[in-house]
Amino acid sequence: MEVDSLTKKEDGISFNLISRQKLGELSSDEKLKFILTEVKKGNILVLEYGLTPIEQANLIENTMREIEQDTFIGVEMEGYGQDNPTFIQKILGMVKKPRITLIGPASILKTIHKDHHMIQTKIIPGRGAK
Amino acid sequence: MGLFKKVSLSSILQKIFGKKHAKIGIYGPPNVGKTTLANRILRDWTGDIMGSVSEIPHETRRAKWKKDVRVNNGNSSLYMDIVDTPGITTKVDFKEFMNTYGLSKEEAKKRAKEATEGVIEAIKWLENIDGVLLVMDSTQDPFTQVNVTILGNLEARNLPVLIAANKIDLEDSSPATLKSAFPQHPVVPISALTGYNSDNLYSTMVAHFSKRRKKKWR
Repeated sequence: MEVDSLTKKEDGISFNLISRQKLGELSSDEKLKFILTEVKKGNILVLEYGLTPIEQANLIENTMREIEQDTFIGVEMEGYGQDNPTFIQKILGMVKKPRITLIGPASILKTIHKDHHMIQTKIIPGRGAK
Repeated sequence: MGLFKKVSLSSILQKIFGKKHAKIGIYGPPNVGKTTLANRILRDWTGDIMGSVSEIPHETRRAKWKKDVRVNNGNSSLYMDIVDTPGITTKVDFKEFMNTYGLSKEEAKKRAKEATEGVIEAIKWLENIDGVLLVMDSTQDPFTQVNVTILGNLEARNLPVLIAANKIDLEDSSPATLKSAFPQHPVVPISALTGYNSDNLYSTMVAHFSKRRKKKWR
C-alpha cells in the first residue's frame, strides 16, 4: 500500500532536464526520436546541449509528419544560437556548438518573450496553437 | 569543341566576375508577406504574379517558382529563379483556422494537413537553392526559433541570406530591431505591399546574390 502511494502517477506537467551526456550518447536520428516521443507524451524538455540548426530543421520536418490534428499540434521550441568557435578552435576544425534548448508540446507551452539574454515561457494547459 | 570552349570561357568569366544566375528561395514564418513580396518582384520585373495572398496563415501550401527573372542594378544584372516557399512553423492547429478565421472544420483540417506538407516541402527546398531572401515581419519580435533555425541552416550551408524587414508601412514596425537582432546579415526595410524601398532591395539582391561562395561540406 505504501509502495503504491509512492509509485502512484502524479498529476501535473513533467519538466525534464536532459543531460549533455545523455544527448551525446545518441545519434541525431535517435535524439530527434527521443525528443518527439517525450514531447508527444506531454513532457517539456530542457536540453543541456541543444540541437544543431540542421537537427532543428529535421525536428520541424519530423514534427510535421507526426501532427495528429486532434491530439498533437506540434512543438514549441526555443533556444539560443550556437557559440562561435574561437580562432584556435577553427584551426582545429571544431564547429559551432549548440546551446541550451527548451522543447515542449505546443498545446501547453507558449513563448512569451525571447531576447539575447532571456527566454520567457508560460505553461498554459489546453491553450491550443496560439 | 566550339561549345566546350564557350562553356569554359563562360565559367572562367563567372569565376572572375561572379554569378549571373541564382536560384533564390523566399523563406520565412507564415503571414510575413512572402508571396506579397514574390508578387512584387515578379510584377516589377516580368509583369506576372506568383500566387494569391490572404490574411489566413498558410495560404501558400506548395512551393511555387518562376524561372529566369532578370533583375537589374545599374550596369549589372542577375537572372534569378524565384522560389516562393510555404511558411515554416513548428506547429499547425486546425482550430486556429476555425476560431480565428472562421473556416469550417472540414476546410480547417484540410488546410492544416496541407500546411504540414508545405512546411516539409519548404525545408526540402533548402537543399536546392543558392541563396535566401528571408522575410520577417518588422512589427513582430524577430528573435523567433523559426527565424533562428532558418538562419542557422543557411549559415551551416554557407548560403547567402538577405533579410527583408517587411511591413514597414505599418505604424508599429521596427526594422531597427531586426538589424540589431541579426547584425551579421544585410537587412533591407521594405513594404512589399506598397513597393516602398523595393529599388534598394533589388540592388542589394543583385549585389549580394551575385557573389560567389564555396559550398560547405556538412
